[in-house]
Amino acid sequence: MAIGTAQRAGNLLNQGRRDQGKPLRQRLWAARWCYLFALPNLILAGMFTFYPTVMSWYFSFLDWSGFTSDKEWVGFENFREIINDSFFWDAYVRSFLFMAVAVPIQVVLALIVALILNDQSYKLGPFFRTVFFLPVVTSAAIIGIVMTFVFSPFNGPVNKFLLQMNLTDRPIDFLGDPDTALWTVAGVWIWKWFGITMIYWLAALQVVPQELYEAARIDGANRWSLHKDITLPMVFPFAVVIVLITVVGSLNVFGLVQTMTGGGPFFASEVMEVYIYRNAFGESGIPRLGYASAAALFFGITVLGLSLLQGWGLKKANDARAQMRQG
Amino acid sequence: MAFQSVSRQEIVRQPGDTRRWWKSLTRGGRLRAIITTLILLPIGFGWIYPFLWMVSAGFKSSSEIFAGLSLIPSDPQPSNFSRAWTEARIGEYFLNTVIVTVGSIAIVLVSVSMIGYVLGRYQFPGKKLIIVLFAITVFLPEGYTIIPIFELVNRLGLANSLAGVTLAQAGGAHVVMVLLFAGYFAQLPREMEEAAVVDGAGFVRVFWEIMLPLAKPVVATTIILQFMHSWNSFLIPLVLTLSRPELRTLAVGIYAFQGEFFTDWSGMAAAATISLAPIVIVFLLLQRYFVEGIAGAVKS
Repeated sequence: MAIGTAQRAGNLLNQGRRDQGKPLRQRLWAARWCYLFALPNLILAGMFTFYPTVMSWYFSFLDWSGFTSDKEWVGFENFREIINDSFFWDAYVRSFLFMAVAVPIQVVLALIVALILNDQSYKLGPFFRTVFFLPVVTSAAIIGIVMTFVFSPFNGPVNKFLLQMNLTDRPIDFLGDPDTALWTVAGVWIWKWFGITMIYWLAALQVVPQELYEAARIDGANRWSLHKDITLPMVFPFAVVIVLITVVGSLNVFGLVQTMTGGGPFFASEVMEVYIYRNAFGESGIPRLGYASAAALFFGITVLGLSLLQGWGLKKANDARAQMRQG
Repeated sequence: MAFQSVSRQEIVRQPGDTRRWWKSLTRGGRLRAIITTLILLPIGFGWIYPFLWMVSAGFKSSSEIFAGLSLIPSDPQPSNFSRAWTEARIGEYFLNTVIVTVGSIAIVLVSVSMIGYVLGRYQFPGKKLIIVLFAITVFLPEGYTIIPIFELVNRLGLANSLAGVTLAQAGGAHVVMVLLFAGYFAQLPREMEEAAVVDGAGFVRVFWEIMLPLAKPVVATTIILQFMHSWNSFLIPLVLTLSRPELRTLAVGIYAFQGEFFTDWSGMAAAATISLAPIVIVFLLLQRYFVEGIAGAVKS
């Protein structure tokens, strides 16, 4: 998405009428309304995108508890401490583990459901699309709290169901057991955001003309070979973008984790965002805004590297395809 | 279509002739549709079960909530809702959330459509710089920006006020929305505004009375995306209202409720229902715009 967005921004350069040749002052004056119109958004972007980003870099070199008076420049001290903090690395690994498990499941399942619902002769398609999309519009924090009931070991509906079906003989403490807490959150995360990935796939599937399916159906081709030979190659370029968006989304889990487990039990579900929040605003000890900023920056750079890598992969894949078509 | 309605009539006319019925089923893909539905229906029910369970728990007594799987409360307790509304202050939080959401939608819509208009339709010195800045925001590695935002809102003197929360919710570059507007305005024919300028309309009037009304689809997308963002936002209002509980939004209020009254399960379920109802209802009414908006936003 990032690369596509940047490209589209570039296309805008050629929009509108040029009046080169006049002196700059005249051109500036002629464009006064343009500046006035651009100003509100630029101010908001400056205040809430550029300023916070740059300041978060600066803060990461400070030892600071949040009271303006006691800022102290400590250079790379925070980063040195982070590298030696096992809680940081645990949270770091956990975030990537969460991503590595949740993203493939979500992307593949969403594709399967999208393929089923994309069939325009299936009249209930829009109905199920609505059903699967519903959790997306709801607020993660509130969902997280409702889920603490749903997964409660004390007669929560999930445990009740499992007991009645004889799938377990005693209630499972989904959120209280260090072995299951993170994966329960991951399951809820997949459920919550499944619909949006499904919509991305449905949008991608628009590039495959419906007539192709109908023609193949008349020829008696089976579903699977149809999708394998026609659909998947056609939607492949979108796959990389969809995976990228889902990857970024899988790092954005604060609302769910904080409300479902608070990072517990015994830090077993403490992902990066929760670790940072705990250090910055957490109940435990003095707030350490500088340290939290450094941890966030360290993680942010990793994520950026990851998405650049993926963008590079996308470009390689596109080049390879273009070459195949030529050769 | 015509073919399908014929085969449906066949089924009705000759229910006894199973072979023909079977043939018409498989031919029209109807059997596939039935099997698909039989598989999707239980999954879909499970999918929305947490919501159904939440609404039903909101009407049950605390002892009944965990008594069984039945969704129909034996003795509906509407008092859960009034208790949540007043005692747990969900009413106040609801009003706060409405103010923050409406305020931030207005700010975002105005600022984003204005810059989108000039970027999409005009050439002016410095435009390249703005676009480069936007491209950079996409790639900037973010640190923990909530801390500087917290500090900035404090320094603006908006700490512990709804204005501060609203502004922070509305803030940001909103690159995707700006590009949607710019792209939309760029493809409108030039004659539209030229005619208006000949009639003596100024820059602002052309934008406000002619161009913006034409951009309704993008306006709808922007409103929906920002509505979802503001209504559901958690971290920003959580941090900005840490010391002023009466300014909490719903998400933060219910999080606090969990800590304060954690034995009042039914009150909590009622509170959660009140909080989720508006966005779910708006979604069900405008779902086409939600789906198209999100699909459209990602295509960029």
